[in-house]
Amino acid sequence: MTTLAPTHPATKPARKNREVDTRPLLWPSIAVLFLWMIVPLAMTLYFSVIRYNLLSPDLTGFVGLENYAFLFDDPALWTSLWNTLVLVGSVLIITVVFGTLFAVLYNQEFPGRGVARLLVIAPFFVMPTVSALVWKNMMMHPVYGLIAWLQSLLGIQPTDWFSNYPMLAVIIIIAWQWVPFAFLILLTAIQSLDTEQKEAARIDGAGPLAMFFYITLPHLSRAISVVIMIETIFLLTIFAEIYVTTAGGPGTATTNLAWLIYSVGLLQFDVGYASAGGIIAVVLANIVAIFLVRTVSRNLQQA
Amino acid sequence: MAEVVLKNIKKAFGDVAVIKGVDLNIKDREFVVFVGPSGCGKSTLLRMIAGLESISDGELSIDGQKVNDLSPAERGIAMVFQTYALYPHMTVRDNMGFSLRLAKVPKDEIDRKVNEAARILKLDPLLDRKPKALSGGQRQRVAIGRAIVRNPKVFLFDEPLSNLDAALRVQMRIEIARMHSDFNATMIYVTHDQVEAMTMADKIVVLQGGVVEQVGSPLELYHHPRNRFVAGFIGSPTMNFLDVPVTAIAPQGVTVALPGGSALLVPVKAGGCQVGDKLTLGIRPEHLLEGGGDGGLTSEALMVERLGGSTYAYVRLDDGTMLTAEVDGNSRIRTKDRIQLGIQGGTCHLFGTDGLALEQIERHPLADMNRDHPGAH
Repeated sequence: MTTLAPTHPATKPARKNREVDTRPLLWPSIAVLFLWMIVPLAMTLYFSVIRYNLLSPDLTGFVGLENYAFLFDDPALWTSLWNTLVLVGSVLIITVVFGTLFAVLYNQEFPGRGVARLLVIAPFFVMPTVSALVWKNMMMHPVYGLIAWLQSLLGIQPTDWFSNYPMLAVIIIIAWQWVPFAFLILLTAIQSLDTEQKEAARIDGAGPLAMFFYITLPHLSRAISVVIMIETIFLLTIFAEIYVTTAGGPGTATTNLAWLIYSVGLLQFDVGYASAGGIIAVVLANIVAIFLVRTVSRNLQQA
Repeated sequence: MAEVVLKNIKKAFGDVAVIKGVDLNIKDREFVVFVGPSGCGKSTLLRMIAGLESISDGELSIDGQKVNDLSPAERGIAMVFQTYALYPHMTVRDNMGFSLRLAKVPKDEIDRKVNEAARILKLDPLLDRKPKALSGGQRQRVAIGRAIVRNPKVFLFDEPLSNLDAALRVQMRIEIARMHSDFNATMIYVTHDQVEAMTMADKIVVLQGGVVEQVGSPLELYHHPRNRFVAGFIGSPTMNFLDVPVTAIAPQGVTVALPGGSALLVPVKAGGCQVGDKLTLGIRPEHLLEGGGDGGLTSEALMVERLGGSTYAYVRLDDGTMLTAEVDGNSRIRTKDRIQLGIQGGTCHLFGTDGLALEQIERHPLADMNRDHPGAH
């Protein structure tokens, strides 16, 4: 570049004219982002270091890290963190496994494929509260539920899902909602698999299983990492399904971080304490986000 | 070590017949090229031999064994695809060794075979790279290497060079031809490129509309095309066709009247044709001579393309017929010049109204010459 510059003196001013400062054009979005994110974050930070309980409005004042100290002493925090981890992990595994299987299955040619695909995607269009209610009252209900009816046909004692297996029940409901998302992304990815590559593998002697593990799965790896990233972000804040079905219980069996913050802030009205929990959630989400963004960007760079 | 025999092979997609009964004998160690216009079924035929398309009817055997119902992997073939079809997530080494790995060959033997193929194709320094990090020519080499490693009875190539630039194409063409003589393998090669077909083939199969038009050595197709289609398809620029009446029939050949009146004796067997019949005269652009010749045509040059070594003149006869003439590169022809084109009867072809060529009295000396492969034939 430096050696070229003197030989082309005429091009320099022309280039300068084209270099318009585009940064001011970004300011509106930055301003909106600031209002949307930084202001609530700052307010949460502020609330987390003051005494602020709606039931005793007379008690106010700066308390430093006292809210955090109480929080870390609270066994409910550790239970809710563990529950969040179990919930997110299980749902991720179930959705990725089933999403991949469905994507492979519904990529085959068969009559009625369009309708079948639509039915697989359909759960995604049902809003979380509604689908949780449907599962609670029509599928998993120990008396009226479809599963209980099937069990009675087989002569088995119907299961009371939300009392005996609350976490499993919540995981099933959420996984049912998120399989379509994984399926959609993975189906589009699988469709971009080069047919000549599959034919080459067939000539190389790959059967259906070898084809899946050596050709299809590696091809899907990037799409799977995208699914995991996007789902993790949404699954960390799961709330509606728990609110409608178990309300975090029995005890703290299905209390995740989002539910814990809600119950402290809006059931016990301790805003300061809840804000401290919120900050913990923000920190955790950012730790996860850093890893995920790095994985994805590494994948994109390889492309 | 394998001959490939096709007996009345047919392929239909639903009601649409794509291959309408192909009979073909491909000898051991032969290099056979399928050519034809787009949609003629040449790729489909190759894919049927590979086992990627099912065979609707007929019998296909490789090395004496009927393979109609065998999977591609069991047929002992290897295929090189137009898009190379390398596995993007595997290194060159893994790409080449994939078939052996699936066949549960011991690891050190895979390494030995892959290294050997890499040495032949000069891929040694690239073995640990991913396909993305390779150029088009290198990818093509890896695809060929993947075929070599399998040690197949038959190599199949589906337009393998059409994604390469012109210079690389010439180089790879020579390499594949060399590979053929080194490995003594049977090879079937699909292309729409005439130059590839003419230069590489022992035997060319010209296909049109799912039917074999002619099978023969490159020069046999050039000098003795069986019909008008083959005559027009082989050779570039394409052959000129003129409608001519028969004026005399003699043992030395058939005399026809050229547009403009002059007579031309073409040394072909008359067959069933009679004086007064309308025939089609075929003359290749490179056989139209500026000046001299047995018969002559008067024409006006409409367009002149100078390629340096030769010059293409697009001319119009007085009756409106358009012809292409390939004349010397030093010709001084210019647009709108009136030029005299000479024809030699011995270089012409005559086609009946059914499109079939009238048989030449003398075979061209090179038409039946086999290509010189040490060890072959």
